[in-house]
Amino acid sequence: MSEVKIFVPAPDRLPPSNTLGPIAWVRENLFGSIISSIATLLFFYLFFSYVPPFLEWALIKANWTGTDRSVCEANTAGACWTFINVRLEQILFGLYFASKPEELWRPTLIFVLFFALLLPLLFERTPGKKWLSIILLGVFPVVFYFIVYGGSFGIPQSNTTQWGGFLLTFALAFVGILLALPIGILLALGRRSEMPVIRSICVIYIEFWRGTPLITILFMASVMLPLFFPAGVEFDKVVRAMIGITMFQSAYTAEAVRGGLAAIPKGQAEAAMALGLGYWRRTVFITLPQALKISIPSIVNTFIALFKDTSLVSIIGLLDLLNMAQTAARSVEWKGYDIEGYLFAGFIYWAFCYGMSRYSQNLEQKLDTDRRN
Amino acid sequence: MTTDTHMASAELGDTIIKIDELNKWYGQFHVLKDINLDVKRGERIVICGPSGSGKSTLIRCINRLETHQEGSIVVDGIELTEDTKHINDIRREVGMVFQHFNLFPHLTVLENCTLAPIWVRKSPKREAEDIAMRYLERVKIPEQANKYPGQLSGGQQQRVAIARSLCMNPRVMLFDEPTSALDPEMIAEVLDVMVGLAEDGMTMLCVTHEMGFARKVANRVIFMDGGQIVEQNQPEEFFNNPQNDRTQLFLSQILQH
Repeated sequence: MSEVKIFVPAPDRLPPSNTLGPIAWVRENLFGSIISSIATLLFFYLFFSYVPPFLEWALIKANWTGTDRSVCEANTAGACWTFINVRLEQILFGLYFASKPEELWRPTLIFVLFFALLLPLLFERTPGKKWLSIILLGVFPVVFYFIVYGGSFGIPQSNTTQWGGFLLTFALAFVGILLALPIGILLALGRRSEMPVIRSICVIYIEFWRGTPLITILFMASVMLPLFFPAGVEFDKVVRAMIGITMFQSAYTAEAVRGGLAAIPKGQAEAAMALGLGYWRRTVFITLPQALKISIPSIVNTFIALFKDTSLVSIIGLLDLLNMAQTAARSVEWKGYDIEGYLFAGFIYWAFCYGMSRYSQNLEQKLDTDRRN
Repeated sequence: MTTDTHMASAELGDTIIKIDELNKWYGQFHVLKDINLDVKRGERIVICGPSGSGKSTLIRCINRLETHQEGSIVVDGIELTEDTKHINDIRREVGMVFQHFNLFPHLTVLENCTLAPIWVRKSPKREAEDIAMRYLERVKIPEQANKYPGQLSGGQQQRVAIARSLCMNPRVMLFDEPTSALDPEMIAEVLDVMVGLAEDGMTMLCVTHEMGFARKVANRVIFMDGGQIVEQNQPEEFFNNPQNDRTQLFLSQILQH
């Protein structure tokens, strides 16, 4: 046998120095071509002519303290966060709780509890995440009912027509999301069923609710729903809004989930069948987890839309976060501070929606097992 | 058609699959015509034929992935009817390996193997895992147990798929072109596993064009065309002395290369 050559890898060398460092990065990415240079300069011009004045108004020269508008009238160069500060209870918890300082602990406790349950869930390494999720989705709504609605355990019953602010937005969105997901999943499965009756029912349901504007549904829920029930049966306005929103939302969720189900190759269900798994086990263990994973972006998309659409309940006389901020800014004491009210409401909507968006992206990455080559 | 008496038949047991006058249509298209087939316990049958001849459809009828319109299929004494319970009883006893593996991508290799034993056979988790590891060792990939299917090569995935079926301890294994989607180097590792199964006496129905495999392990080779069984014989006779001109043409085409 002849001599075998031995392969020795050549040592690694550094790349040329003019391709490294911040200056090289700027030259390559910001001023790489004429169009790129113009875009860069234009961006910096716009950025520096609008952002610093805004920050100066919103933060540096803003009014934070005080108890009435005199502070803000003395300094008009900055935003009047005094208004938000003074009316915070009203904007966050609504008129019922804002008017009863001794009951303020109830909504406060609920949000503290919510974040205490939610935040650990956002971290990868939290132990017992499964139980935390079950508590958040199963126990928390019950606690919410007993604390916020009250009426038992010596807690006075709150008047739901005076629920409002972020508390109402939160309650509507939470119930909508919590109920719409399972109903939507069942509708999506039903729409793909081989049984014509079930399929037709699901198609009619989905197409009806999806084809009707949410405003119309809320109107119907407030005006028409009582017609279907015997006289004297009084339906709570908030419950009506929750039913309307859940119906509407479940149709959208169903279509998002159906999109995911349609993307799963037929071979997956066949392999599960060949192993003797029946319809429900096949669905729960094989097709649905994969379908939900694919449809996370579109499901979360509908949830984000729902979260913001809850402000439409103003149409039936409920004052959610946005409408409460607006109402507060139109009160005699704070007339004229609409911008601060809208900015504050907008910021809360944004913070929650952005949180949902980030969480969904995280979830997508975590569940990405099949392309992990 | 020649009779199926040959040297190995002495070792074979009773009939485990009995197909009588089977007919199937896809809409107007008559895909299976008057199929009669008896499979004995321990028998190893290779089914070959041109594409569209109905060979995959035939074995997919055996575990009811396809429904038939006429005739009867009896597997291990249970007749296949609309009855979901009967269908699941049969699927429990009949394993299937697919051309495209069809592993569950969101589950690890081990979970792929234990899902059905735990939920269909009601085995305790530990026991199911022990059995799964045993079969993963048998297909020579125990070290991949905690990986996801997407991290494995095609040949490894197909071996996992075989192990997954074996974990249900089936009486019959159906193979639907198990090596057609694999690179040449990987075909051998899958065929090795299948030869090992055959040597252990597993009843196998295998749709494949691997003629070397057919010669080595089959008791009987069936040639199908146009939804019919054209010819069946023991491999030696089938390859050296095909009786039908259609068979001769087919063999001359696939053995040419």
